Amino acid sequence: MSEIQHDETPKLMKGNEALAEASLRAGLQAYFGYPITPQSEILEYLAEKAPEHTEVVVLQAESEIAAINMVYGASGAGARVMTTSSSPGISLMQEGISYMAASELPCVIANVQRGGPGLGTIQPAQGDYFQATKGGGHGDYHMIVLAPSSVQEMADFVFDGFRLAEEYRMPAMILADGALGQMMEKVYLPKAGTLPKKETPWATVGKTASRERNYITSLHIESEKMETVNLHLQDTYRKLKQEVRCELTNTADADIFLVAFGLSARICNKVMDIARAKGINVGVIRPITLYPFPYDIIASFAGPAKMFLTVEMNAGQMVEDVRLAVNGKSPVYFKGRMGGMIPTPEEIMLEVEAMSEKQQNLNQSAGYL
Amino acid sequence: MISGTVTIATEICKGCELCIVSCPQDSLGLSPSINHKGFRFAQLVQDNCTGCTNCALVCPDSAITVYRETKSSKRASNPLVASQAA
Amino acid sequence: MSMTISDNMETVYQKPATLTETPMHYCPGCGHGVVHRVLMEVIEEMGIAEQTIGVAPVGCSVFAYHYMNVDMQAAPHGRASAVATGVRRVLPEKYVYSYQGDGDLAAIGTGETIHTVNRGENILMVFVNNGIYGMTGGQMAPTSLCGMVTSTSPYGRDEHVMGHPLKITEMIAQLPGAYYVARHAVHTPTAVRKLKKAFKTSFEMQKQKKGTCFIEVVSNCPSGWKMTPVEANDWMEKNMFPYYPLGDIKVPATMK
Repeated sequence: MSEIQHDETPKLMKGNEALAEASLRAGLQAYFGYPITPQSEILEYLAEKAPEHTEVVVLQAESEIAAINMVYGASGAGARVMTTSSSPGISLMQEGISYMAASELPCVIANVQRGGPGLGTIQPAQGDYFQATKGGGHGDYHMIVLAPSSVQEMADFVFDGFRLAEEYRMPAMILADGALGQMMEKVYLPKAGTLPKKETPWATVGKTASRERNYITSLHIESEKMETVNLHLQDTYRKLKQEVRCELTNTADADIFLVAFGLSARICNKVMDIARAKGINVGVIRPITLYPFPYDIIASFAGPAKMFLTVEMNAGQMVEDVRLAVNGKSPVYFKGRMGGMIPTPEEIMLEVEAMSEKQQNLNQSAGYL
Repeated sequence: MISGTVTIATEICKGCELCIVSCPQDSLGLSPSINHKGFRFAQLVQDNCTGCTNCALVCPDSAITVYRETKSSKRASNPLVASQAA
Repeated sequence: MSMTISDNMETVYQKPATLTETPMHYCPGCGHGVVHRVLMEVIEEMGIAEQTIGVAPVGCSVFAYHYMNVDMQAAPHGRASAVATGVRRVLPEKYVYSYQGDGDLAAIGTGETIHTVNRGENILMVFVNNGIYGMTGGQMAPTSLCGMVTSTSPYGRDEHVMGHPLKITEMIAQLPGAYYVARHAVHTPTAVRKLKKAFKTSFEMQKQKKGTCFIEVVSNCPSGWKMTPVEANDWMEKNMFPYYPLGDIKVPATMK
């Protein structure tokens, strides 16, 4: 993990604006996007800043489909390129993302999630976890998925996203939500000019006499070749595991672990404080990389006397990965709200108290106490 | 008339016959034998090619190379010109 | 009959070095091969191969990058002009072209086509129209003629049910971003020469950053039409050309 260098003085910014400003400071060369609430401020911010950054291409595409394909073209030409959207728009981009993953093209895609399915709502949600971490488009592929939980991370993860995307030659997604995009917080912006760019000898910039032509494709008609490409991708995903990031808070003495990402994790931190004040030893596990997922870290806390509660703003998506990690060693419960509703600390606390009671009864019957 | 000739990459040719119908001299025809792809291929059937390039222009497989007598060489080889020079 | 190449002969026509040695996969007599070659000849003759990036489509010409010896990207179905936009915007000084068939450009990619031209994206868009989906086995295309029998219009295209053949080239010519729009063919030596000139003009205009140059090539599909190549070209002249007439559609004043 390379350290990001930050400004000494903070700014008060919206998450969307912090992400946009950070992308300029990360050395963005091209942005292609399409308006959709609750992330339109990113395109607006970049459009407004365009005169100060004539080196950056900012283009409003005719659709998310066109936008992701412009990203494909620009990335294939070696540029550091980004697009952003929100849930329905990200759905439209899945074809292009699959092609980019297959063609090993780096880019950053921010999904400022809103409630779904369908046109859904413009309120914040986390219903795109499956789509982001399990593929989303067709075929066996993954993206790097970073889940910010603050405006600071909305900015920082642009740097991390580009660094990882270029290192592993794959798309990186910042999986935020409408609340993080819209809320204003103190942010220490990453310093401009501090993110070196990897060489792109594979890029299509014009074939010189000294090399064979570069061509970017995901088409391999012969099954043997297509399997080789797949094996190579899987190899990359295995290597990517070394980039797992997870924030642990008060986990050392915890009996109950709240597992949550993004905005939900902030709420869980509040729940932890309330619970601890009541004498319940709660810790919070916050996966920062949703792909690669911190299976081993979560597994290390599982055991007969422990309990897990996964909190998400969806019907229960990450909880499946938590259960895979825990692998039956502890009970895993779920609390979620959907459709743009945000769970309150109080309603989560009710779950925690019920779990704590069950835990005490179990421990007594097992003779632990 | 300026004379020319063509070479045809017979293993590339798919025998579509578009060169044959484009030839103003009827110089081309299909081979009696087939290439390894199973196609009868185009070949010269008359010694009257003028090197006009029509066949190569319409060949979808870029299988045809066209050669033509240079104008200077034609002058030099013209017996009339040669006799005058002598 | 085998002719010898005498010492006083020179090569007057050969495959351009900008085409690779890979034999093309196209069916016998398919126009794609000629369009590929003519495009690559122009790039070779203009000496711009090192500054050119091409974008291949999905369709019969999906493997164009195996034949065209320049840097290339393969776009998803219909998105070639969006991909070309991405390339163009980050490499403003290079030459960029997209190469698409009728299904790609005029059906699934209609939105991208119209908006790319409307932005006046400074690229050459090559559009090969043979009125059928060749790669998938001869289904109806947006440009299939009324009454045309295809595997998905087995009783002929009924325009009241399936819509009319789309004259997308005339449509996009209406857009201010379209600088030079023309329709050509590759069925005769004369047609090939004209197409070559149009490609050359397009790249010259691109160098001057004039906007989108859009060249349609009305072509054949002997396999899809179930004809011999010679019959297909004849059918094309009699049936396709009346609906898709050849010639310039939009010509800048400087070229008139």
